[in-house]
Amino acid sequence: MMPEHHPGDDLLIAYAAGSQDEPVALVVATHLALCPRCRNEVERLEELGGVLLEEQEAEALGEDSLERVLGRLDEAAPEAPEPPARVPASVDPRVPRPLRDYLGAGLEKLDWTSYRGLDKAELLQEVPGFRTRLMRIKSGTAMPAHTHEGTELTLVLAGGFSDEHGHFLRGDVAEADAATDHRPVADPGEDCLCLAVTDAPLRLTGPFGRLLNPFLRI
Amino acid sequence: MLNAVAIEIRPPLAAVVAAKSALVVRPVLPLERAMRGETTFGEPGAEASAEELMTAVAQRRDRKAFVRLFETFGPRVKAYLIRQGADRASAEDLAQDVMLAVWRRAAQFDRSKAAVSTWVFTIARNRRIDILRRARRPEIDPEDPALVPEPEEPADRVVEATQRRECLHAAVEELPEEQARLLRLAYFEDKSHSVIAEELALPLGTVKSRLRLAMGKLRTALETME
Repeated sequence: MMPEHHPGDDLLIAYAAGSQDEPVALVVATHLALCPRCRNEVERLEELGGVLLEEQEAEALGEDSLERVLGRLDEAAPEAPEPPARVPASVDPRVPRPLRDYLGAGLEKLDWTSYRGLDKAELLQEVPGFRTRLMRIKSGTAMPAHTHEGTELTLVLAGGFSDEHGHFLRGDVAEADAATDHRPVADPGEDCLCLAVTDAPLRLTGPFGRLLNPFLRI
Repeated sequence: MLNAVAIEIRPPLAAVVAAKSALVVRPVLPLERAMRGETTFGEPGAEASAEELMTAVAQRRDRKAFVRLFETFGPRVKAYLIRQGADRASAEDLAQDVMLAVWRRAAQFDRSKAAVSTWVFTIARNRRIDILRRARRPEIDPEDPALVPEPEEPADRVVEATQRRECLHAAVEELPEEQARLLRLAYFEDKSHSVIAEELALPLGTVKSRLRLAMGKLRTALETME
């Protein structure tokens, strides 16, 4: 089954250009693992990067530049830096690389907190300005309605959810911004597992949400 | 709407489309012109394309071919790094590193998959993220059993990577100035689209929709070709 909701062109462009912060790039790259169509798009966008690189005005290299590089051609290549810890696919076949490599000892070993049918585990806490979370929403549960001050990107890894904008299944990406007021409901059957990245705190909008807002940081 | 764009064949695009029928003269890119301007060159021939040069480096460790690639791409990689915010000294060092990586990883270059310019761009981009941003770049692992494969591998790639590159080049030339400018900003300045929007005093939505329009045109050009 192929995803039907893809990241917007601007997200794919920023990924190919390498101008995104790591949490956003993580959502895009994990979607790419699940979406051959967007992998193809990013290949085209990298070609575009090559074309733009060629068109650029050249900047003269230092006089000894070529000589220095030629002098190093026979050097042994330096040891590749230690690759980040790789988590085997057997840990959770639903979670593809690169996301899997962020899970440490595995999904179940993360530091989950639970509240009313919603489990959350924080990732990438060292990146300022973003909240990167895995969320597990109990099947059939409705989330409180909310809007966002910034942008929220949600990638479904298992199960699914629906909101005013559609039905999202494995591999689908939902983009929500300040103009989006939505109330996601997890599909019945399987719990919905997603990766969610926000670049600003959410704002709860229902009357109940407003009341809870200071206490419930969803 | 897409069809309307597709049938309006503009001269450069038409030339590119015609280039598919083998013997027609294909448009010469500035880069190739620069390369042909070089004095006599040994093995791969004076008119060798970057792809031929790269193949010579990969298969024969051909240093002359490498020098040609260095002279073409080195200064452009340096310019790229300066626009990305590197000072001149680090841009110089990093550009040398990138070209050294081109030599060392030559065996991984696959001309059926990518043009040399694409390959150099991705090496330079990743080095920049590594060194200038000190960040990790999340990337797919093609060998990952959890990766969803292509529904069916295309039997043979109808359009060669180098032809696609020429097509893209022509299509970028055809873009309205405001869209082309935005694309260059998006690729070359290490800034988020909201920062770009602020600097251009445009709403973020306008920046996104212009990028989307530009992409639509480039896609149409590629589709017309395939």
